[in-house]
Amino acid sequence: MNDTDAKTAAPAPAAQPGVPAIEVRDLSIGYGDRIVLQGLNFRIEHGQIVTILGGSGCGKSTLLKHIIGLYAPLKGDILINGRSIVHAEGEERRSIMSEFGVAYQGGALFRSLSLAENIALPMEELTTWSRQEIRKRVSEKLALVHLDGYESYMPSDLSGGMIKRAAFARALALDPKLLFFDEPSAGLDPLTSDMLDNVILEIREKTGATIMMVTHELPSIFRVSDRVIMLSAETKRIVDDGSPAWLRDHGATEYVRSFLSRGGTFQSSTTEPGAPDGVPAP
Amino acid sequence: MKKLVERLIHCGDTIYQLKEETVSLISFLGDMAAAMWECILHPKRLRWKDFLFYMNNCGPDGLPITIMINVLMGVVLAYQAEVQSHKYGADNFLPMVIGCTILRELGPLMVAIVATGRNGSAFAAEIGTMKISEELDALRTMGIRPTRFLVVPKMWAMLLMLPLLTAVGDFVGCAGGYLVLNSEIGMTLDAFLRLTRQGVAVKYFFEGILKSFVFAGIITTIGCWRGFRTGNDAVAVGRSTTSAVVTSILFIVLADTFLAKLFTVFYGWQG
Repeated sequence: MNDTDAKTAAPAPAAQPGVPAIEVRDLSIGYGDRIVLQGLNFRIEHGQIVTILGGSGCGKSTLLKHIIGLYAPLKGDILINGRSIVHAEGEERRSIMSEFGVAYQGGALFRSLSLAENIALPMEELTTWSRQEIRKRVSEKLALVHLDGYESYMPSDLSGGMIKRAAFARALALDPKLLFFDEPSAGLDPLTSDMLDNVILEIREKTGATIMMVTHELPSIFRVSDRVIMLSAETKRIVDDGSPAWLRDHGATEYVRSFLSRGGTFQSSTTEPGAPDGVPAP
Repeated sequence: MKKLVERLIHCGDTIYQLKEETVSLISFLGDMAAAMWECILHPKRLRWKDFLFYMNNCGPDGLPITIMINVLMGVVLAYQAEVQSHKYGADNFLPMVIGCTILRELGPLMVAIVATGRNGSAFAAEIGTMKISEELDALRTMGIRPTRFLVVPKMWAMLLMLPLLTAVGDFVGCAGGYLVLNSEIGMTLDAFLRLTRQGVAVKYFFEGILKSFVFAGIITTIGCWRGFRTGNDAVAVGRSTTSAVVTSILFIVLADTFLAKLFTVFYGWQG
């Protein structure tokens, strides 16, 4: 995978006009001979919050791990800001990876490091910023996820919701314009989940980042997502693509409509109901 | 016929797995060597805090058990040798037998086996758990090479501490042997030291220390490699830990055999 880690300051590049944040072309993924998903084609424009949705075992997290370059696909291409992460190697691959931040399902915080050290880690390892600059930026990131004052806490001292927020802060460490969240509200109580949704919306508002997330939490999806890409374990393909409200009311299949109806009548706060392509509301 | 086909398939699977494991180990060795070289060229890239932590973990923390095991090995060796040599009136050779055996073989070997149980297994469990909790994925997506971050501090710490532990183990092992000789045949400390100096060359001590460097490399490499090869469930961590210990001990004994032959060729049969 990524095999170089030279120190370079890595500010996220500005979005190029006409180039989507993520473009997936004729993608097939799987393990060995087993195909998990095939024939995937989609584009994610800058500034959108897009959710990958589907039944258990349909390959949502696997797709996410392919997009962030942890696994190589069986076929097809994945472009991050116009550059192929599938074919890039060495320094170019590292450069593409520095353009995004990832918050993993369990937080994936390093248990031997304090919260501040966890967030400072990518800055120390990948930039030439001074200690003072790093300390300042760590405080900013923690404030953004409402964890200011918790700098010296160890991950084992934090609750589930705090760990998720700390993971968001670490994902934001290098100011990426593209963020990936894997099951951000899994295993959290409704109130904490609600607070995380607020944090996600705040992150988008303050950083303008494109966010792609994998989640099952329908209330969260209706609250934060501009667009949902629905996968099917049966056909191993995308079954529908559009805003949450549109899919709930006019989804391509009964499966899509009933899946999203389980979320009740939550109204998307960011999307005009009925907009099929999930364009954020002005 | 059916059984024969099944056995052939099983045999083929085993060979394929062996090939996979070998390729993976070689690839890991290459990655680790590159990461270690990078830290030699750029010492600031070594995680010094982790290095100090593992130095303490591999060295002082393991001292009590190392001392206990090596004293007892010296005691057992002295008892067994004394029973046999007493029959032939060869008690004067006992300090030499104890000194040579402990310095050249038992000292480095027992210290390495204790370190495998303490540290090799811990390395595998630590990295394996990090893999399950996606911390390795997090490092990769951050653009940080996991071998540099996780393996290099452990390797340098082990390379520094295992020879020191071996030196301590050698000393206390010989002391254990002396205690038995003193209590069983009344050998004085002066006589023990004089006879040891006569029969045990200084190079034997350095032979053992050289072996401990090789063992340190094996323990860290196998422990970390098994950690990286951990599957995706909690049972897999246990399996990796066990495998790290078993594989390390196998490789340590193989290396010891090879080095024993090498030193024999180097020194000749006169030692």
